[in-house]
Amino acid sequence: MESGPKVQPPSNGLKIAVCLKQVPKGEHLEIDPVKKTLVREGVESEMNPADKNAVELALQLRDEHGGEIIALSMGPPTFTRSLEMAIGMGVDRAILLSDRALAGSDTTPTSYALAETITKFGKTNLILCGEETSDSSTGHVGPGIAGHLDIPQITYVVDAEVENGKVTAKRAVEFGFEIWEAKMPALLTVKFGCNRPREPTLSRKIKAKRGNVIQVWSASVAGLDKSKLGLEGSPTVVSDIETVELPSRKGEIYSEDVKESVSKLLDQLKEKGFIRG
Amino acid sequence: MALEVYHGTMIFLEHRKNRLRNASIQLIGEGRRLADMLSVELSGAILGKGLDAMAEEAIQYGLDRVYLVEHELLRDYAPRPYAKALAELVRKRKPEALLFGATMNGREVAGRLHAYIHTGLAADCTAFGVTNDGYIEMIRPAFGGKSLAHILCKKTKPQMASARPNVFPVPDKDPDRKGKIVRESAQLTEDDVDTRCLETIEREEEAEILSKAEIIISGGYGLKKRENFELLDELAELLHGVVGASRKVVDIGWFPRERQIGQTGKTVRPRLYLAIGISGAVQHLAGMEQSEKIVAINSDPSSSIFEVADYGIVGNMFEVLPEMIKQLKEMKGGGSQSSS
Repeated sequence: MESGPKVQPPSNGLKIAVCLKQVPKGEHLEIDPVKKTLVREGVESEMNPADKNAVELALQLRDEHGGEIIALSMGPPTFTRSLEMAIGMGVDRAILLSDRALAGSDTTPTSYALAETITKFGKTNLILCGEETSDSSTGHVGPGIAGHLDIPQITYVVDAEVENGKVTAKRAVEFGFEIWEAKMPALLTVKFGCNRPREPTLSRKIKAKRGNVIQVWSASVAGLDKSKLGLEGSPTVVSDIETVELPSRKGEIYSEDVKESVSKLLDQLKEKGFIRG
Repeated sequence: MALEVYHGTMIFLEHRKNRLRNASIQLIGEGRRLADMLSVELSGAILGKGLDAMAEEAIQYGLDRVYLVEHELLRDYAPRPYAKALAELVRKRKPEALLFGATMNGREVAGRLHAYIHTGLAADCTAFGVTNDGYIEMIRPAFGGKSLAHILCKKTKPQMASARPNVFPVPDKDPDRKGKIVRESAQLTEDDVDTRCLETIEREEEAEILSKAEIIISGGYGLKKRENFELLDELAELLHGVVGASRKVVDIGWFPRERQIGQTGKTVRPRLYLAIGISGAVQHLAGMEQSEKIVAINSDPSSSIFEVADYGIVGNMFEVLPEMIKQLKEMKGGGSQSSS
C-alpha cells in the first residue's frame, strides 16, 4: 500500500498538517522490563488527547477558510487507528510514517522526521501539534519541528485565527494568556482541553478505509536520512527505569466514629500549627 | 567530535518584569549541587535588555559566572531570537550541560534549540544525578508517572534538560557571593523576530494562587457533585487555604483548569495538603507528594492516597466534612455558641 509523496496542493484555502500520536489509554501503561519501553502490543490505545484538540482547531480553521488538512503520524502500522479517527472527525487525508528505522527515536529524530516529511506535502500554511503527549509528556517535539524548519512557533495555543497570511493565536501561560502573531507558514502547539473535539462520523470513518486516504510512507519514501533516525539517531538513551515506590508516610488513619476521627485529626493539625484563629 | 572541550554547567535564566523567575532560581540551587559534584563551573545565560541587577542576583543564588546577552531584539521574549542567541552562545562557550526550567517558555525555547544544535533533550526532569563517568543523569517521571526514567546523553553535547518547576527548593541567597559577568553579543536581525506578542492578559492571581498557598484543600471525583465543592470552600476559609482539584474533576468541568494539581496540572508543595475524595492516582501524586504534611479523607480505605498520607480519615465525606467545619468553628470561636 506504499505510495509516493504525491499530495496535491489545494487551489485555495489553507493547507494544514496536524501531527498526532497514538498513545496507550489512561491506565494501560505497562513497561517492558527488558526493553524499558512502553508495552504497546495488546494494549488499548487512543489518539493522544491534546492531539484531538489540535485536529479540532484545524477543522475549525478549514471550515472557515477552506483548504485541506493532512494528518501525520509516526509509528507502527497499528497507528492507522488514530489516523482513521482523524479522518472520521473530518481530516481530508493522512500519512503514516512507518519504518523499522524509526523505532526508538527520541525527540531529536522525531522532530527531524516529522519536519522533513511535512516538507514533502508541498506548501503548507500551518502545522498543528498537541501541546504534549500523555505517554511521553515532553512538549519538545512541536518546537523541535519548528526549529528544524526554522519557521515561527506559537505554543500552548487555546485559540487561533488566520487573516492575510498571518496567524493570531491566544497562548495560555502560567500567569494568564498572551496574544501572539506570526506570518505563515507557522507551527502551533495546541493546549489540551481548549476546545471540544467533534465526534467521528460513520460515513467519514468508512471513507478512511478507502484506498489512499491513509497512505503509509517508509523513511525512504519520505526522503529521510536513515542515519538520523531511531536509536542510532537519538542523542539520549534511557539507561534505567525504576518503578516508583510510593513514599510511605506511615500515617495515622482514623476510621472510627466520625466525630472522634475529626476531633483527633484537628488536634493533630492544631498541634502542628495549621489552625489559626 | 571533540566533546571533551565542552565544560561546565549552564542554566538558562528566565525573567519576567525584571525579576528572575522562580523556576530559574530553583534550578540554580540544583545546578550548584551538580556543578560541585562534577567540580566544574556553574554559569547562567540571561538574554534581554537591562539585565545587570538580575545577573548579580543570580550570582548571589549560587552562580560562578553569568553570560549576559543584551540586544534590542531580545528585549521582549520570543522563541526564535532567544533560541538563536542561545545557539550562538552554546557554540561559543560549549557548556557540557544546559538546563532550563520546564516553564512554558523554557520548554518551547529548549525544544527549538535542541533542533538547532542537534543534541539530546530530556523533558520535565524531577531529579538529577551524576554518573561515575561524569555524565548528567536526567531523571523524569515516565509512563504516566508510574516509573522514573534515567536518561543519559552521551553522544552529543551539551546534555540538555528541562526541569519541572517547584520540585527543587529555592537556594539561600548569599549577598557576599562574587561571580563574573561576561557580556556577549548576538547576531540578530529584525527578520529573526518572526513572532510577536501583541497583548498580555494577566490572571496572575488565579494562576499563582496554588503555588503560593501554604494550605491546599483539594477535591476529587469522590465528592460526587460540583455543588459539594462548597464544603471545600468553607473548609478553605476556616483553614486559610485555597481549593485545588484533581484532573478528573477539571476534565468534567467542575473546576477551572488553573486549579488542577498533578502531572498534567500544577506541582505544589504546600505545608499542608488535604486530599478529599481523591483516590491518589500516580499522576495526581506526582503533583503533590512533596507537600510537607498530607491529610487524606476518603470513604475507600484501600485508596492509594492513604499510603502517602500523614493523617487520614476513612469515612463518608458528607459526614466528615460538615463535622470538620463544625468543630473548626468551635475551635475558632472558643466555644460553640460564642459568636455574636
